[in-house]
Amino acid sequence: MSTNIELDARSSFRWLWRQLTSMRTALILLLLLGVAAIPGSLFPQRTQNPLAVSDYFKSSPGTAKFLDQLQMFDVYSSPWFSAIYILLFISLIGCVLPRSFEHLKGARAQPSLTPKNLNRMEFHTEAVGGSLDSAEAWLRKNRFRIRRDENSISAEKGFMRETGNLLFHLSLILILIGVALGSFFGMRGDAIINVGERFINTPTSYDVISYGKLQSGNNLTPFSVTATDFKATYDLVTGTPSDFKLSVNTASPVGTKEVSRIVRVNSPLTFGTTKVYLQANGYSPLVTVRDKSGDIKFQGAVIFLPQDGNLTSIGAIKVPDMQPQIGFVGSFVPTYDRSPERGSFSSYPEALDPRLLVSIWTGDLGLDTGIPQSVYRLDTSEMKRIGLKTLKLNETHDFGDGSITFEGWTPWVNLQIVKDPGKIYALLGSIFAILGLLMSLFTRSRRIWIKEVPDKSGVEVAGLAKNAAPGLENEIASLVKKMKG
Amino acid sequence: MNSSDYAYLSNYGVYTAMVLFAVAFLAHGIDVAFSVRNLEEKTQLDFSRTKRIGDLGTVMIVLAFIALFVAVIFRGISAQRVPWGNMYEFSITGALAFTGAYLYALWKYKIKWLGLPVAIAVLLTLGTAISILYVPSAPLVPALKSAWLVIHVSAAIISGGVFLLANCIAGTYLILDRYESRGARPVWALKLPALETLDQLSYRLVAFVFPLWTFSVIAGAIWAEAAWGRYWGWDPKETWAFITWVAYAAYLHARVTVGWRGRKAAWLCLFAGSTFLFNYVYINIWGSGKHTYSGL
Ligand code: HEM
Repeated sequence: MSTNIELDARSSFRWLWRQLTSMRTALILLLLLGVAAIPGSLFPQRTQNPLAVSDYFKSSPGTAKFLDQLQMFDVYSSPWFSAIYILLFISLIGCVLPRSFEHLKGARAQPSLTPKNLNRMEFHTEAVGGSLDSAEAWLRKNRFRIRRDENSISAEKGFMRETGNLLFHLSLILILIGVALGSFFGMRGDAIINVGERFINTPTSYDVISYGKLQSGNNLTPFSVTATDFKATYDLVTGTPSDFKLSVNTASPVGTKEVSRIVRVNSPLTFGTTKVYLQANGYSPLVTVRDKSGDIKFQGAVIFLPQDGNLTSIGAIKVPDMQPQIGFVGSFVPTYDRSPERGSFSSYPEALDPRLLVSIWTGDLGLDTGIPQSVYRLDTSEMKRIGLKTLKLNETHDFGDGSITFEGWTPWVNLQIVKDPGKIYALLGSIFAILGLLMSLFTRSRRIWIKEVPDKSGVEVAGLAKNAAPGLENEIASLVKKMKG
Repeated sequence: MNSSDYAYLSNYGVYTAMVLFAVAFLAHGIDVAFSVRNLEEKTQLDFSRTKRIGDLGTVMIVLAFIALFVAVIFRGISAQRVPWGNMYEFSITGALAFTGAYLYALWKYKIKWLGLPVAIAVLLTLGTAISILYVPSAPLVPALKSAWLVIHVSAAIISGGVFLLANCIAGTYLILDRYESRGARPVWALKLPALETLDQLSYRLVAFVFPLWTFSVIAGAIWAEAAWGRYWGWDPKETWAFITWVAYAAYLHARVTVGWRGRKAAWLCLFAGSTFLFNYVYINIWGSGKHTYSGL
């Protein structure tokens, strides 16, 4: 009884495996993968555009909830999407590995026996004069692999086609391994630093950081990057950026001799498997805040976030050391302009005529509540507004409880730090995949058989071209011509 | 000459090419329609009657190709970069690649009849480009400044040209197949090649250009890695490039390993080609994502 069940289990497993690795299943899975990728391009995705997702939830909560249950906002990490590609690649492995072994064996074996009935082949010529020897000579000259039997020759050419085909499919597996390594052992994060500041690659230096499933903050690549200069060039007419150039001094590991380097949008810094990208830029106004008696209570560069292409930027300045506490909601415009509809705004991204607009708040900043606060926003729930001022460069405004001075500005840059140890495998896989494809699609694979007719008055010739590749007809014609002498 | 002179001459080249394509369209139309007219039985063809007008069509397309080539080059000179920074430029460069693919196929396979759908397709593309998509020539934002962009986009444009040509042929296949299964071809179609030839031709084109498309996707990934810090991010544009890739891979599989031919294969070919078109038209214009830059 039990052995029967075991046998059943085993044979049904075999059956499943055969189904899974069959060409028809592979084809269906392949098409399915394409179809499954579609919704991710139609609905906003959490990983790319979390804001759009929360907007969707606000504007149509019912639909959004339903879609969310189907993981329509996380398509590419959803179980159903993963299921398709995992099945596809199991199918791929199940089909390609055995074929590769067979192919390796086939490389040393002879071509198969000449079939009995040649007249069923695609190209068939009967009763040609000439001998097997002359045919063999021609085939050897044309670098066919040959099996010579007593009264027949079986020859084939185009071994590279299957080699290339297998190389291509094996490379797809390598790409997938690369992608998996990246998602398990990778890491990415963002850090905004002012020009002049130094970034040290430890978890606490980041504004945002996320790790792969099997990676932690303990083994980040040790390096430091000091931003020494940043230069942005803009088109004078349209204000669109034409070049960003960040000069840095780097040290790896931290504390060793510094090297000066340049980072551009398309050319990141590299430290082993970790890369540092220049992703965004903006302005940090330099301000000094004094109390009534003229003591400095705050001094430094405050990072403001850009709101438009001309870098109109907003931010918050918090001064907890004053009595009562003071906060400023600020807006920095690099090139000042005004219109009745928009109020103050920036008309060009470079700091040609900068202003700092502040609204001044007094009361409790809410920093002691224990709830983490955004550094870019002021929590004004326990505060009262006491003034509004537009400051020119080096201008000081006295607001009664103290004063604020707009001292200047410094650019900041957003560094994106990415570690992806699987990238190199994905790249290698891609290169091999293309080589394999070229080999397989541009090699013609064909067989030619020559057999003596029973009365030995001559031979018959037949050929078969894999996938109806053109040219075999001419080849056979020239073989026949050669044999006729 | 300064930059705006070049831009002006480039536009002039596009208009010239459009006029030439229109003439080519008429010539090919006459060629196809009248080559059999005077024969009583309408079963035999007299190619000689319209040969000269057909040749005129070919000459027009060659001249149009040259005019368009000059237009694309001048556009590049005026913007001081490669001429594929926005939809308008993609379109004129794509039309150039498509025409080039046709001329290559014409030289190799003697498929003059294809000039008719080719001329219509190019006219539509250029018309849309110059009337709806046109933007003045301007420099690129920093993320687009990369050698990989040049490689990636030129490979994509050439692949697209060949994919669309394969689609024209698959479409022709389906139309003629319809006629033949109902009886016989209409007179105008007698001159077109046998169904089997069309079937093979569209497969050859796809098989020929699939590695290039694969390469284009990979070059795009390499560029994205350098510009955005990840080589693949399922951005809508990337997603649809992937879908096109999968669709053509499925088409090749269906032919090579499952043995699909004829009608089924032609439909699959059309489907794969339409994913490419969808990416180009829909995602560029209405999609969101990192690939959509300012303007079009
Ligand atoms: C999932 C399991 C898969 C299996 C079992 C499989 C198997 C095969 C086989 C047997 C061939 C035939 C080669 C020949 O006869 O010359 C082939 C060709 C091919 N496969 Fe796959 N494959 C799989 C997945 C894929 C995937 C995921 C792709 C890419 C998206 C792909 C792309 C191709 C291409 C481009 C060809 C070449 C077609 C040609 O020679 O014209 N395959 N595959």
